[in-house]
Amino acid sequence: MGSAQVFFYIFAALSLIFALLVVTRRNAIHSAICLIVTFFFMAAVFVILKAELLAAVQVLVYAGGVVGLMLYVIMLVKGEEANQVKHNLGQKIIAAFVALLLFIQLAAVVWVSLAGKKAGALAAEAAKFGGNTEGIGALLYTKYLLPFEVASVLLLAAMVGAIVLAKNKLER
Amino acid sequence: MVPLNHVILYAVLMFAIGLYGALARRNVFIVLMGIELMLNAANIAFIGFASHLGNIAGQIISIFVITVAAGEAAVGLAIVVAIFRNRLSVNIDSFNLLKW
Repeated sequence: MGSAQVFFYIFAALSLIFALLVVTRRNAIHSAICLIVTFFFMAAVFVILKAELLAAVQVLVYAGGVVGLMLYVIMLVKGEEANQVKHNLGQKIIAAFVALLLFIQLAAVVWVSLAGKKAGALAAEAAKFGGNTEGIGALLYTKYLLPFEVASVLLLAAMVGAIVLAKNKLER
Repeated sequence: MVPLNHVILYAVLMFAIGLYGALARRNVFIVLMGIELMLNAANIAFIGFASHLGNIAGQIISIFVITVAAGEAAVGLAIVVAIFRNRLSVNIDSFNLLKW
């Protein structure tokens, strides 16, 4: 077992523990902080799987952008209020059952069909361009140019939609 | 070299945790965080397969998933703010305007 494999298990276990904390904390602020830690450990896993650019994007966009935005909104709308709900144990049991069922189904398929295969080899196309970032950049602006442009239009639409929805009232 | 099925098992576990968060919790922010966890689980699977197949396309699709997740978070939080103005609550049980 190589050292990369040992570190994969350590980071995967830590990110799963913090993901469990995200969904079990009562306070939404604590959940958001745990989510940031989860994303950091996930970025470490991405580095082990030879996706260095995605690790950087994960930290910048998710840990920095998305969770930062969430923290701002949680503090804006006082998230404490949802904490004094009455017991919803039945819902929790059903949700845990559904999640467990899905996990068992997918894990059974994955464990059998993918046994013995290895991950972690450097992507051949990335090696051709001399690195992960260069490889992704070169492919993104040539072969995947149309999806890239569609994604930018999607981001513009999301930005306009978020501004319109969050505006106090529409003046006509 | 990490075995591929361990990577995908990690992704499946992360997806199951996200699904539990989205189904079991009543705080709308934690539901959104569960959805983010599920999207990230898909990213892990994409990156695991990209690394196994030696093909960088999986990483590019992960970038698009991150784009969509960022847009989804922005619009979702804007919807939460808009509903909070009317209902003064972030409890998902009070978001029943479309229920009959």
